[in-house]
Amino acid sequence: MSVPLGTLPRWVNFGLLPLLNVAVAFAISGLVVLFIGENPIEAVKYLVAGALGDGEGIAFTLYYATNFIFTGLAVAVAFHGGLFNIGGEGQVYLGGLGVAFAALALDRYMPWYITAVLATAAAFAFGAAWAFIPAWLQAKRGSHIVITTIMFNFIAAALMVYLLVNVIKQPGNMSPQTRLFEEGGQLPKLGWLMQVFGLDIGAAPFNVSFLIALVAAFAVWLLIWRTRFGFEIRTMGTNATAAVYAGIPYVKTVVVTMLISGGLSGMMALNPVMGDAGKLQIDFPAGAGFVGIAVALMGRSHPVGIVIASILFGVLYQGGAALAFDMPNISREVIILIQGLVILFAGALEHMFRPALIVLFAPKPKSVAASAAGAA
Amino acid sequence: MDFADLIQILAATVRLSVPLIFTALAGLYAERSGIFDIGLEGKMLFSAFSAASVATVTGSAWLGLFAGILTGVLLSLLHGFASITQRGNQIISGVAINFIASGLTILLGNAWFGQGGRTPQLPNTARFTEITLPFAADIAPIPFIGPLYSGLISGQNILVYLAFLAVPFTWWVLYRTRFGLRVRAVGENPGAVDTAGISVAWLRYRALICCGILAGFAGTYLSIAQSAGFIREMSAGKGYIALAALVFAKWKPLNVLLTCLLFGFLDAASIRLQGIIIPGFGEVPVQLIQALPYILTVILLAGFIGKAIPPKAGGVPYVKER
Repeated sequence: MSVPLGTLPRWVNFGLLPLLNVAVAFAISGLVVLFIGENPIEAVKYLVAGALGDGEGIAFTLYYATNFIFTGLAVAVAFHGGLFNIGGEGQVYLGGLGVAFAALALDRYMPWYITAVLATAAAFAFGAAWAFIPAWLQAKRGSHIVITTIMFNFIAAALMVYLLVNVIKQPGNMSPQTRLFEEGGQLPKLGWLMQVFGLDIGAAPFNVSFLIALVAAFAVWLLIWRTRFGFEIRTMGTNATAAVYAGIPYVKTVVVTMLISGGLSGMMALNPVMGDAGKLQIDFPAGAGFVGIAVALMGRSHPVGIVIASILFGVLYQGGAALAFDMPNISREVIILIQGLVILFAGALEHMFRPALIVLFAPKPKSVAASAAGAA
Repeated sequence: MDFADLIQILAATVRLSVPLIFTALAGLYAERSGIFDIGLEGKMLFSAFSAASVATVTGSAWLGLFAGILTGVLLSLLHGFASITQRGNQIISGVAINFIASGLTILLGNAWFGQGGRTPQLPNTARFTEITLPFAADIAPIPFIGPLYSGLISGQNILVYLAFLAVPFTWWVLYRTRFGLRVRAVGENPGAVDTAGISVAWLRYRALICCGILAGFAGTYLSIAQSAGFIREMSAGKGYIALAALVFAKWKPLNVLLTCLLFGFLDAASIRLQGIIIPGFGEVPVQLIQALPYILTVILLAGFIGKAIPPKAGGVPYVKER
């Protein structure tokens, strides 16, 4: 198979190509909806109305988006270092433990903003700690990080069920969960922010951790493109051998990259645990760690792209519930299908349309002539 | 715990390890040819759904099996298209297949059968039911051998026996046929295979088809042999345990059998050990036993017990020329 040579203009490479990939994913989802005998355009209408129709819907959308920003950033940081952190789910779970410890210890004595700072630090530390062993094994002993992080997801689930059932369960309560955090352990809702736009937050758990997520996105941009360490991460991700040859310490870079990635995953726990439920429950990550993979791929591992992709997935998650209500024939799990197709087309098949686009858009006559002249 | 209990645990071990054996062998073909396959879970799940759906509609377990296999092969071909033809990231493609299977099975199941993603309860005629081997009742009273034969070896469904036959068969294919030699070679050094004039892409596609067939057996076993219908998310992480078993078995067929039996035994024992107190240790947390396969695999991967060396060219798309 011969691939046409040539470089695409930036707007095609970072704009049109990802858009095309995502569009195909949505088109196929539409065909599936058509296949089960429903009208896909009608479905999109319900979905968008449910997610963006009123203040409460928008606030729910942003609440979900907050989760995905954190996990998307986590996956993206690892991607930049050429690592695939598939263990976001477990890291989120452990991060929740950190949040719960901080909130349970401080909620009766401190205002929320002090608890929040310590809970953020604890969430980061617990998530990072859970990523440490896979990272160290990858760096030192060459164990494949994909396999080890998958294993750690399952180990985390078992560990957390054990802890919640046997150790930190509230005495006298049947269900395995901690006690409800007091006011000092809950993040305030962002009703005022919604009011600025004349919207009513309703019962949506949209809270301060959204702002923390945006700060984290900016911090990741700074780290990856404006620091020396970020340069080292990207160098290692592009070519590990060259990075080592250039004097970049392999073990340290792998481990620290994964610690940051795991820490970002862990921070996601702030949103559901401190911002919504006000307690630690079983299975609270609910797959958000995996959505991070789709979000990072769709956002091309750039914080701006990740925020946009997260909001889109927030729309899907919130709108999906409304859709299942209005069109009972389409179950809520249609969003998991869309997620899978986005991962497939924006990830595994990302270069499928490249040859065609190169034929269409690459400024080839000049560059081919120039390179031929250079070779001669 | 007496002998009858032991037989029961062993029988449960066999039943629980069958899907692991099929799936781990499926992964073995893919990974020995140099294609990582995280998508085993999704293939198993989707095959289970197809098998149950077709068995529901046609009333035939064999047509269900055929549908399960077909589904496994089609998903494998999708994986192949992404990772061989388009040279995409194999891990990402596998993750995508898992999500597509998870979402599409519930979506289609809900739309077709209207039971929230389940398929209707199957009658025994549309399932693979237990086969009683000859003389099982006659031998049963004989101590030791009797229960072993009638309780463990006899009274399993046909897919169980096929799973145990698939292991030596895979060994034979891999180590005694030309195709097997080439599969092993293409997983280690695709360049050499290509130089010998053999198509790397076609060889890997064929290995993936083998993978899909076995994953189809695994899914079929779940939905129409072990249970009587499809339940949403019924693979419940078994694909990942099989992946762990494959790593733990160091990508060798006979080791796969032993590892899957071990992991199946842990699963069977974890249900039994609930609340049992071991002297000097206290109560064993069930969760610890459930997590043991994963913990053991991580320890193995870390190189503390033996060394797990994956096929050398695994995960790298083959580029013929540049």
